[in-house]
Amino acid sequence: MIDFDCSLRRGAFAFDVAFKSDAGITGLIGPSGSGKSTVIQLIAGLVRPARGRIEAGGKVLADTDQGTWLPPHRRGVGLVFQDAQLFPHLTVRQNLKYGRWFTSQPNRAIALDAIVDVLGIGHLLDRSPQTLSGGERQRAAIGRALYSSPRLVLMDEPLASLDTARKLEILPFIERLRDEFSIPILYVSHSIEEVARLATAVVRIEKGKVIAAGSTREVLSSPALPQAGERFDAVSTVAGTFSRYDEEFGVSIIAHPAGDIVLPGRIESAGGAVRVAIRATNVALGVDRPEHVSIRSILAGRIARIETNGPFALVSIELTGGDPIIAYVTRLAVHELGLGPGDRVNALVKSAAIDELGVSRFLA
Amino acid sequence: MWTIQPDDWIAIRLSLKVAATATLFSLPFGILVALILARGRFFGRTLLDGLVHLPLVLPPVVIGYLLLIHFGRKGMIGSFLDDNFGLVFSFRWTGAALACAVMGFPLLVQPIRLTIASIDERLEQAASTLGASPIWVFLTITLPLSLPGIIAGCVMCFAKALGEFGATITFVSNIPGETQTIPSAIHSYIQSPDGDAGALRLSLVSVFLALGALLVSQFLVRRFTRNTVSSA
Repeated sequence: MIDFDCSLRRGAFAFDVAFKSDAGITGLIGPSGSGKSTVIQLIAGLVRPARGRIEAGGKVLADTDQGTWLPPHRRGVGLVFQDAQLFPHLTVRQNLKYGRWFTSQPNRAIALDAIVDVLGIGHLLDRSPQTLSGGERQRAAIGRALYSSPRLVLMDEPLASLDTARKLEILPFIERLRDEFSIPILYVSHSIEEVARLATAVVRIEKGKVIAAGSTREVLSSPALPQAGERFDAVSTVAGTFSRYDEEFGVSIIAHPAGDIVLPGRIESAGGAVRVAIRATNVALGVDRPEHVSIRSILAGRIARIETNGPFALVSIELTGGDPIIAYVTRLAVHELGLGPGDRVNALVKSAAIDELGVSRFLA
Repeated sequence: MWTIQPDDWIAIRLSLKVAATATLFSLPFGILVALILARGRFFGRTLLDGLVHLPLVLPPVVIGYLLLIHFGRKGMIGSFLDDNFGLVFSFRWTGAALACAVMGFPLLVQPIRLTIASIDERLEQAASTLGASPIWVFLTITLPLSLPGIIAGCVMCFAKALGEFGATITFVSNIPGETQTIPSAIHSYIQSPDGDAGALRLSLVSVFLALGALLVSQFLVRRFTRNTVSSA
């Protein structure tokens, strides 16, 4: 549980953010300079608020009305930096155990073996951080934060400095943390696919203010007002079931009541549920089911609503069998096709444009 | 003429004792001042910085004289230390160590300060979020990571103390067996008509000691940086 409500001023930057979340992973998204890192620093106790109250895991960490302010080392809040920040003079094992030298919280304790196992860092324990790859370092840093028995773990763009291959290597580990340990995580990122995949609740901030908060689906699919000359990042998530892997063409077929979704590559999820994050800009619309078109993922549904913004239109479609999907098209297209709420349409998803980062296997 | 005379040995031993004492006792203050200069954000930091570096630019005789009037038997600090702790500086080897410590202080502080400034503060923040109080963060993170600088600073201070002459002779004079360090002994040799060989002998000893100290420090710094600084 996080209950955050703080304000402060830094020169011309006015920060005034309040949100609550009970989610396992809460995503915190927003453009650079929006105040995401300030939220992290305030919760970790590295920055003092001018006014505010922060509660995490049932403990009040700061409350300016009561004059409460716990220093970082008494908060029990783990922090994972963008660039691991492992202690270079200690081995990986000593790094992991560092937090236990100072805190013993048997009620929250996770066994070292469990952490090492989930993060897959058993073979690295006696190595020095300098000999690790970027992805290995980041996994060790996550393990270090977890093993200090925190009431909350803050991850500040933990994958931002890694290449896609390393990101894909680490994401499943974070999913396992979410599913196997009950430590809440506040996950800061500007990658909408990462957040769509990991988080169950999302807070979107801009210029030091919360502009949307709620379930991941609600927040990521809501059309945040785009700035001039900027297209927003609306994302919808569609959950289906792994059907088969086509060896010859190297694609996985995900079954959904509205139609099959074709994903490039092998999705390691035999029989399991698969959730795919699809950007609104990657979805086209067809009134009739098109026959001669390269797009392989064609999902049938009905238009729920249409919102327009300048030359653009955001079309929300209720797919057959449940999930909503969002298409970002031109207002001209909506006009010429004569689309309106209630109409049957086909959402055409360009498979090659789906970001692998947004594809997750999850426990249905 | 190349054999080292018993009097020379006395001066060499005294020099090593004075230099070691000066380095050891100024080290805690050196680390503290380096930490303040590297991390402190307060009014007067520039002034402190200037004060620390003053011995580098002031004539050594001025430092010696200032020590004499403050730490001498009749000086304010000197008489206080004598009355309360029985600690006497004037015309004692302890005074020579004090003079060397003051003169070597800027050389001690500078390398430590540079290594502390180069430590990523987020390492210390990480340690604090893991439950380490500020003092533990210092002992387990900052101090070990600044070890190369501490070694370099100690060697510089030690070498400076071995060669210190002006402040020492002004403050505690040139008493064989008590305050006559290698440089003072060389000075005495030069003053006597047949002292050329002695002066040359001790000069060579000075060269060997200084060179040895530098080599030892390079070895230690390399050894410790291998463990602490990224090689990737």
